[in-house]
Amino acid sequence: MRDLRGDVKRTLGLRLWLSGGWLTILALAALCAPLLAPKDPLMQDLFLGRMPPFWMDGAEPGYLLGTDSLGRDVLSRILYGARLALIVALVAGTLTCFVGATLGLIAGYYRGWPDRIISRFVDIWMAFPPVLFAILLIAVMGTGLLSIIIAIVIIDWTRFARVIRAEAMTQGAMDYVASAQVSGQTRFSTMLTEILPNVLPTIVVLLTLEMGIAVIVEAILSFVNLSISTDSPTWGGMISEGRTSVHQAWWVLVFPLITLFLTVLSFSQLGEGLKDRFDPVLR
Amino acid sequence: MNGYLSIRNLTVRLKGGGTILRDVSLNVAAGQVHGLMGESGAGKSMIGKAVLGTLPRALDITSGQIWLDGVDLQTLPPAERRNRIGALAALIPQDPLTALNPSRRIGPQITRRLVDILGWKRQDAAKRALELLNEVHIPDAPRVMRSYPHELSGGMRQRILIASAFAAEPKLIIADEPTTALDVTVQKQILHLISEMQARHDTALLFVTHDLGVMSKVCDTLSVLYAGKVVEEANMPRFFMRPIHPYSAALLAATPTYTDPTSSLTPVPQTVVDQVEREVMEHDLRTAS
Ligand SMILES: Nc1ncnc2c1ncn2[C@@H]1O[C@H](COP(=O)(O)OP(=O)(O)O)[C@@H](O)[C@H]1O
Ligand SMILES: [Mg+2]
Repeated sequence: MRDLRGDVKRTLGLRLWLSGGWLTILALAALCAPLLAPKDPLMQDLFLGRMPPFWMDGAEPGYLLGTDSLGRDVLSRILYGARLALIVALVAGTLTCFVGATLGLIAGYYRGWPDRIISRFVDIWMAFPPVLFAILLIAVMGTGLLSIIIAIVIIDWTRFARVIRAEAMTQGAMDYVASAQVSGQTRFSTMLTEILPNVLPTIVVLLTLEMGIAVIVEAILSFVNLSISTDSPTWGGMISEGRTSVHQAWWVLVFPLITLFLTVLSFSQLGEGLKDRFDPVLR
Repeated sequence: MNGYLSIRNLTVRLKGGGTILRDVSLNVAAGQVHGLMGESGAGKSMIGKAVLGTLPRALDITSGQIWLDGVDLQTLPPAERRNRIGALAALIPQDPLTALNPSRRIGPQITRRLVDILGWKRQDAAKRALELLNEVHIPDAPRVMRSYPHELSGGMRQRILIASAFAAEPKLIIADEPTTALDVTVQKQILHLISEMQARHDTALLFVTHDLGVMSKVCDTLSVLYAGKVVEEANMPRFFMRPIHPYSAALLAATPTYTDPTSSLTPVPQTVVDQVEREVMEHDLRTAS
């Protein structure tokens, strides 16, 4: 009989490599944007507006992915846009995860009044439409990187809290948790040493998913002009600008859109792949 | 009667109302095996959990005492109670799958009490774990210690949990239907192993089961539980010769081992069920007033 586990491992490996590869490229692009970018992302040249990408007729040498209506280099803007996207993904994703998972773990394991309070907050939160909530928050706090990050944490911690609470409840009912307590462990240390390692795979999946979501939220906010100042390039801003001229210059819209799509997809695939790595049953 | 474990008039209630254990008293003498018999849902597991201090949070001990080695556990502050229970008592659980932490290797799970409560060094604990694994007849012990629970069969996991229960030389072991979740083929071996370990280590054993046949082989005394109420407490020979309560008699009659194996099973007659239900109700009325 063939060992199916081997097959599972191989496809998992491929998924991990592809998504990890794309994110590594992106991280390098973000770090080395000034070195890699062929042009200044802000430089306008009205004589070079809406130049097509390199393989099409009328392409301008040096502008690989074409230019937008103001004559700015699309490739350079995508590279610089990766900076903001990744900072938001890492910082907002991690903070959201930390806040939400901590509250979910406490609610699910301790139950009782901590659970009642946290679950009540989650219920109230879920009643707000997230995008409107985000726009409202930014409107109150003002635009800027910090506001975006805070908005994402405030909106999305419930995603972690809900899922991790349910998982912690399931794990908490298992006999091994009871036996840890009979071994003289306190509730708090049982939570950290017994429950946490078993919900960690889920946390990792949610975390990477959240990083993808953070990228999307940032893009949405840029799209409605509520992200950072408009002159630093963002993928959402580019998509928003590209939308108006999609019939004359599709590349202004399509390239940032593809980048965004691949990035969000990679984050979620990375999560799935890592989860299986973490899972003792598949390891 | 005053046992190593002595439960006196223990009442456990659901926080919302509802009684789970009704005035339960039972004794497990040092080095003896006491059977706890009752149908599913009677409250057998909750007795074990009450002793070990692992009752579900929805349940409360509302009255009664649990004496372990001459100390009423209810009078101790929580941390001291945990340590005392951890040092003196241990559980062999019903389901060996959920009783081991899936993300930890076997070795440290066997000896965690030695390290956590008794303050052993890790190397000493590892040596002890090897001894224990040999004692429960696990071949290739060093490899098993490095495995994760999912890599082992149900029977192996139960052997490991038995080793773990005996690790800190507790004086009381609670075995909660330790063979119910296992294949029929390994049930006998596990049962045999528990008896062997109990005799060698001279521990008191509270043996929970709903199988009278099993009980007759391992126990010295027993209690019969119905709806959280002890309906009969007896020693084994007396119980089999002259059960006092009609429910006990009906249980005996319902067990195929003690009737002609070719005959069909006799269910507990409705009149007997009605009688115990009435007794339980009368008990509730008496305690409510
Ligand atoms: N977590 C819980 N919350 C509330 N009631 C429970 C809980 N667990 C068990 N019970 C109730 O306690 C009673 C006794 O259960 P248990 O001791 O597990 O029975 P058994 O004799 O089969 O071991 C059952 O009626 C069950 O409904
Ligand atoms: Mg039970």
